[in-house]
Amino acid sequence: MAQTSASTASTSSAGSTGDFTPFNQRHLLSIADLKQHEIIDLLDRAERMVPVSRQERKSHPTLSGKTQINLFFEPSTRTQGSFEIAGKRLGALVMNMSVKTSSVSKGETLVDTAATLNAMRPDVIVVRHSAAGAVELLSQKVGCAVINAGDGAHEHPTQALLDALTIRRHKGRISGLTVAICGDIANSRVVRSNLLLLGALNVRTRVIAPRNLLPAGIEHLATEVFTDMREGLKDVDVVMMLRLQHERANGRMIPSVREYYRFYGLDAEKLAFARPDAIVMHPGPMNRGVEIDPAIADGPASVITDQVEMGVAVRMAVLDALLPARNEP
Amino acid sequence: MTRPVLIENARIVDPASGTDQPGAVLIENGLIADVALGAPIGVPDGAEVINARGLILAPGLIDMRVFTGEPGKEYRETLQSAGEAAAAGGITSFVMMPDTAPVVDDGALVDFLIRRAKATSKVNVLPAGAITKGLNGQEMTEFGLLQEAGAVCLTDGRHSIQSTALLRTVMSYAANYGMTIMHHVSDASLTGDGVMNEGLFATILGLKGIPREAETIPLARDLQLAALTGVKYHAAQISCAASIELVATAKKRNASVTAGVSINNLALNENDIGRYRTFFKLSTPLRSEDDRQAVIEGLRNGTIDTIHSDHDPQDTEVKRQPFAEASDGAIGLETLLAAALRLVHSGDVDLLTVLRAMTSRPAEILGLPSGRIASGAPADLILFDLDYPWQVSENEIRSRSRNTSFEGARLAGKVMRTIVGGQTVHTHQEER
Repeated sequence: MAQTSASTASTSSAGSTGDFTPFNQRHLLSIADLKQHEIIDLLDRAERMVPVSRQERKSHPTLSGKTQINLFFEPSTRTQGSFEIAGKRLGALVMNMSVKTSSVSKGETLVDTAATLNAMRPDVIVVRHSAAGAVELLSQKVGCAVINAGDGAHEHPTQALLDALTIRRHKGRISGLTVAICGDIANSRVVRSNLLLLGALNVRTRVIAPRNLLPAGIEHLATEVFTDMREGLKDVDVVMMLRLQHERANGRMIPSVREYYRFYGLDAEKLAFARPDAIVMHPGPMNRGVEIDPAIADGPASVITDQVEMGVAVRMAVLDALLPARNEP
Repeated sequence: MTRPVLIENARIVDPASGTDQPGAVLIENGLIADVALGAPIGVPDGAEVINARGLILAPGLIDMRVFTGEPGKEYRETLQSAGEAAAAGGITSFVMMPDTAPVVDDGALVDFLIRRAKATSKVNVLPAGAITKGLNGQEMTEFGLLQEAGAVCLTDGRHSIQSTALLRTVMSYAANYGMTIMHHVSDASLTGDGVMNEGLFATILGLKGIPREAETIPLARDLQLAALTGVKYHAAQISCAASIELVATAKKRNASVTAGVSINNLALNENDIGRYRTFFKLSTPLRSEDDRQAVIEGLRNGTIDTIHSDHDPQDTEVKRQPFAEASDGAIGLETLLAAALRLVHSGDVDLLTVLRAMTSRPAEILGLPSGRIASGAPADLILFDLDYPWQVSENEIRSRSRNTSFEGARLAGKVMRTIVGGQTVHTHQEER
């Protein structure tokens, strides 16, 4: 089984980014926008950021004097917190804005808020929104870098990057592995970003879900599609579980939690179909007893807390890459 | 007594008679007084002579599906601004959808609109009456009184009636008055929160899809009810291959069935949405290229009767939104002809067939005297240059709303003169 702590920490100096070529993107809106070398570049940058957070003085102030706004139209504890810590460890001034919106005025608030925030001259805005494409729309209305922290069921690029970093540190490589993603594929932005990123790195991807939770055309995005979890998990290196929204298991999409757990919950018996050294991942927040057995979530194969740690490193790397010192006179 | 007008040296293209040859047309008192093919017509005393060399003379277009903002949302479009846009696009009559505030569900409103349009619009406005009160899909309106007031057909506009029993009732009652039911077919529960065609592209964008079955299932129901009730039934706008098959089959048994298509579904497909371009968010969504090709084939073989603009003015506030939250609809009056001519220039469909779907077929379905070039018909005519190249520019749009899905498009074919009731209501500036 997997080691519980990451073991392949970089040997180079903490946070040093001097030897990276400039990152040629203005925003990070989607994995689809990134070329393979840019993905690897971001992972390498993140690798250098890992030691920063393990130091006693968790400070690497390359963003000193810059302003970062976390604009969250959807509540999020861990993603917002992760971006906040990442920004602060890089020395940026971080402001959190949680915008409560009625469904009627949502979009109006979005464009208006963009104009308002833009006038405050931030250097980067981190945005989460419930509508696919909303972050890109906002990026067109502001003059600073924009990072997508999740837009509807579209993308969540930093999640895919932190997942890849976690895999790479545990497996020593990414290319050639087989990764299964299981659960609410239809409504997950994490799936789309992960399939794009893993596909770009030559990973065999599998999605596993009941037919009701598989979106049209998914067979073109994943290498293989399974509706039987045992078949789908056979010999995989990585198992990624997805959160099932409770409200979907009310008889309208899925009959019940207990039926879902019986056929699609990850327990020891199903996990036994995967490779013996398979790791178990979850983007959080977890529903123990819905999509995952607590014993697995907290067991030796789980790397879920590592994902959270890598999340900070990835977000530091992305902020650092998007806000280089080259803009300074 | 208005001055007679003689249009000579034109290439006369009249789908109703299958004519495509040089000739001249004489207009007197708002009507076509004479049509001379090949031979010249002597110039009557005091007549205005228009030399149409190099231009096609065709019946003015009849657009079966146009939304306006008047009454209720005049900042989006008025009858006057829609009339300007229509005249520039060669549309001499349009059917106005009842989706206004208030809804056109009462004879008095039809009467008002006809008067208002006469006073303010350059082109003929043909109000359609709502099928149900307030477009609520529950209680039928007064079909007889609507017809008496001048409603040309019955439709719930962008709304689709879900109750099969109510549909049977309204079809049966409309048949009583010989009125055409023009129905937008969309199953509300299957459509759900869908915002574009269901498929890989929607999945990639993370947008909820609308399956084709949300169209084909209610369409199949409607076609069966049309046969049962004997109503004149017009499928307002269909978009996919399976719908074409359903209509083709129904037409073999039932001559009272007709079908329309939006120019958007003929000229565009789901890939045009690109990265969340909301001007391509339409109700009847853009479908796949295979569907578009099937619709074109349907036009070629006569399964599709009419092409309309689906002109639907929406302001920036409701369009500059995340895709799922933006309003549906695109304007189209000014681009309808040129966009349709793309099919001619590409060799997909011949000119007579394309024009027929915007002239004589709508006229036949609605029972109008226009839509043809024949002695005694209203002098609703257009002169256009088939090959004139132009680029659609937001700044030149006459409509009050700018939500065109053809922004920046390079088109060939431009209306040089639009004549309504014998009066020139639009000339292309370079011709002046």
